[in-house]
Parts: sequence; C-alpha cells; structure tokens
Amino acid sequence: MAPLATGRGGVSRRSYQALTIVAEIAVPVALLIAWQLWTVHAASPKFPRLSTILVDFRDMWLFSQFGTHVVPSLERIGAGFGIAVVAGIALGIPLGLSRWARLAAMPHIEYWRAVPPPALLPISIVLLHSIGNVQKIVFIAFFCLFPVLLNTIDGVRGIDPTFIDTARSYGLRRFERIRRVVFPAALPQIVAGMRNSLSLAVITMVLSEYFSSTSGVGYVLLISKNTFQFAPMWAAILLIGVLGYLLNVLFILAERRVLAWHRGWRAAASV
Amino acid sequence: MASRVARGGFRLMLEVKHLGKTYGTGEKATHAVGDVSFSVEDGEFVCVVGPSGCGKTTLLKCIAGLLRPSNGGVLLRGKRVVRPPEEMALVFQEYGRSLMPWASVRNNVLLPLRHKKLPRSERKRLVEDSLDAVSLTRFIDHYPWQLSGGMQQRVAIARALAYQPTTLLMDEPFASVDAQTRGDLEDLILRVRNEYDITILFVTHDIDESVYLADRVVVLTHSPTEVKEIVPVELPRPRDQIATKELPEFAQLRAHVYRLIKREQSVGEPAETTEAAGVPHNGTPV
Repeated sequence: MAPLATGRGGVSRRSYQALTIVAEIAVPVALLIAWQLWTVHAASPKFPRLSTILVDFRDMWLFSQFGTHVVPSLERIGAGFGIAVVAGIALGIPLGLSRWARLAAMPHIEYWRAVPPPALLPISIVLLHSIGNVQKIVFIAFFCLFPVLLNTIDGVRGIDPTFIDTARSYGLRRFERIRRVVFPAALPQIVAGMRNSLSLAVITMVLSEYFSSTSGVGYVLLISKNTFQFAPMWAAILLIGVLGYLLNVLFILAERRVLAWHRGWRAAASV
Repeated sequence: MASRVARGGFRLMLEVKHLGKTYGTGEKATHAVGDVSFSVEDGEFVCVVGPSGCGKTTLLKCIAGLLRPSNGGVLLRGKRVVRPPEEMALVFQEYGRSLMPWASVRNNVLLPLRHKKLPRSERKRLVEDSLDAVSLTRFIDHYPWQLSGGMQQRVAIARALAYQPTTLLMDEPFASVDAQTRGDLEDLILRVRNEYDITILFVTHDIDESVYLADRVVVLTHSPTEVKEIVPVELPRPRDQIATKELPEFAQLRAHVYRLIKREQSVGEPAETTEAAGVPHNGTPV
C-alpha cells in the first residue's frame, strides 16, 4: 500500500484515502442495491425488500427498542468480553512464564477450546442455575477466554530474554518485571487475541439469547423468525452485523492508540 | 589510578574466583567457562578479550548475577554475588533488545529507578543528568527506535548511569555500531567514567578497543575458558583516538594481545564455533 500512498502515480495521499473509503463502501452498497432489485423481482415473503427491512430497522432500533434489546446485548458483550480479557491475561502470564504450569494446563485448555459453544449452551443453564444475565455473561466469557489466554501465553513465551535479563539486572522484582516488562512486551499479541475474542463475543451473545431469554437482539431475531415476521428478522440480522462491524472499528481505533509504539518499532526494525 | 581513594576501604572492587560454568550434565555437558580468576580494583577500567566463542557472555552473566556459576564465585566489595547486585549495572550489546520499545527515552532511563526509594524530584534529576551526560537531553521524549544505533546505546548507558552503580559491566556494547560512532562511544564512556567515578568491566572481541580503553586487559583462552594472560596497559591518559593509537606502545600492546589470541585460535577449535555452543544465550537463534 505504501508505494501508492507516496503519490508516485499522481495520486495524492488525500485522494488515495478517499479512494480506499469508497472501495470499502462501494461493495456493500452494490450488494444492498442488488438485494433490493432482486427482492422486488422475486416478491418472496422470506426475502422482504430492502426498503421494507430498512423501515423496520428504523422503527425497531432507532430507537424504540434500543433500550430494551440492544443495550442488554451490549452489556452482556461488554461484561463477558471484559471478564474474559482480565481472566485470560491473569492466567496467561503465569502460564507463559512457567513451563510446568503449561505442561499441567495445556491439555485442559486445548480440550475446552475445541468444544463448540452450542454444545455447552444447554448445560450452562443447568450448571449455573440461571437463565438470566449471569448465565449469558459466563457463557460469553468462557468462549472469549481462549483467544486471549492462548495469545497471552504465546506472547509471554516469545518475549526476548534480553528484556527480562535487563529487568533482572536492574533489580526489578518479579511483580515489577511482569508489570513493566512482561505485560507491555506481550501486549501486541494479547491485543490480537482480544480482537478475535471480540468477534466471538458477538457470536456467543446472539447464541446465548436464543435460549431462555426475554431480551436482546438474539432474542428478537429468534422470536421474529418463529412468528414469521421476516422483515423484523432481517432487520435484526442487519443490526447484528452492524454491531459487530462497529465494535471492530472501535477496537482498531483503540489498538492504534495503545500500540502506536509497536507499529513504529516494527517499521524502524524493517528499514 | 593509584591516587584514587578506595571506597569503604576496599581497594578491590570485584573479585572473580575460580569461576566455572558447565551447561548440562554427564557426556552432554558443555564446559563453557573452565576456571577464571581475576580482580578489578576500585575505579579501574578492565577489558576482557578472547577468541570468538570463548564464553565471554556466559562469564559476564555469571559476574552480573544473572547466571549461577557451577564453580567458584564472584565477590563485589567482599560480598558474594548471588543475584544482580544493586550497585552493579549491565549494558548489553543488543540495545534494540534491552531498551523497551514501548517506553520513551525518559521512561527507559527511569525504569531501574522506579523501585528505588527516592524522592520524585531526585529521580527526575538523575534521569535528566544522566541523559545530559550522554548529550541526549533533546531526545528525552522520543522512543528509542526513533534514534540511531549509537544514540540508542547512549540511552542504555544513561540508564546504567542513572542507576548509580559503583561497577558497570558492558557486554560488547559497541559491536553493533559503525566505526565512526564506535570511536565516539569509546571516548564517551571514558569521559562519563571519570564524571561518575565508576569501575568498568568491559567485554569486547575488538583488540584495538580493549587496548585503547583499558588499564588492564584480561586475555581469555578458548572454551572451556581460562585466563591466558593479564596485560597491563600503561598508556597515558586522557586517551585520544589519534594520538594514543599512534604511540609505538599502543602498537606493541595491540600486537601482543593479538598474538595471544591468534595462538589461542590455532590451538583451539575452529574460530567459527558459536559462543558456548548449544547454550540458549541472548534469545532466538539467528
């Protein structure tokens, strides 16, 4: 991408940026137009027109049901994801530092990671004696844990030993070493794991709201389908996609700020 | 140097006594360091040279308290070194991997001071003074990777100075910079050594560098390492990159050390053997 941005071919940096934004938007817009044209032609109740879906989207989400359904879903994502990140880092750092701890823990981690979320959904309701927020948050947190955990372990293991030797030679105690050296050094990889977890959080949020739920966008989606209200169903699907997309955009913006040093460092190292 | 007043009554700053380091056991054991003994006086500048692959880095890590020696030990002002001592600082060759890329120059220099019981203002002063000593005040808010290699190594030196050590260990600190910068850094370290009144143990593979800097040069044998000879360097101070290196004594000393190492290499294993073979030192294999 860099050679294009230099404007060698007469493309200035600004118009290049404008072009990338157009390219990003053009394809979804084209798809939506295609959808509209095709649904007008097909006239199937299962595939309502885009214009109908958008009207429902506006009526439902902007903003009459926003508080009753979108906010609870976002809260569950936030809490589940937050717990997963804290737990993943708190468990991942000691596991990354200790070979023995890894030997003991890795088979369990690999096993539970391999279990697909839907397989655990029914049992999670029984085990947690809960059909409310607790069950949903724990369910989301459980599956979001693994990308953060595994990335933290890898990140900690991959730290250049010279960083650790430096910290040790300057008398930093274990906790200080972890706080000042191990954690920041592993952070780029931890953040990569968090990003995977975030998309998993959206998936598991929708899934958890299919069962024994009275609120949330997943709940609305399922109820709409069960009552043959296809336009609201599509409006819910649209919303979930938009939510996932926006969360990812927010995450990338935060990552750029927090890991600005990492991009600069790598750019400097590759010269 | 003889006029120097010894601190706390110790003329001897550092004593390395029959230090040996073996990796592994049984038939697979690698004797990296055989039996090394030498001492460094208070305020002295001692260089350690040896053929490539002679376990210099292993030796230095043992002295720094980062590695536990298999035999013998190290005394710092009469006290046995079992962990990195608070009055000793270490400067690595790989500045790119010992300066923290996520921290500014200021925070890198501050890193070893955070856990010292010092008033805030004192910490700030130490950081600013040490960066001033290496002429990097202007770059205090930069990241290390925004600086050139020589400047990064100056940051590492500033960090060591801010820690206020009595002894500074340096592991081939100028091996990764170009010749011009290298000369500047050599003069810089001679200057700050006087300003900060520190004892320096300097490991290098560069014979010219060792003779130029040192009061004494410890020449090592190939692995398992022993001391081949300790060469006193009585060249006048202050040293000068041009004038000192023009002296016939410099040429003689240089030739003498060179012969010692050359002979070592011809009796030893091939010169290409990597440092302490099979030992995971300094991270990822290249």
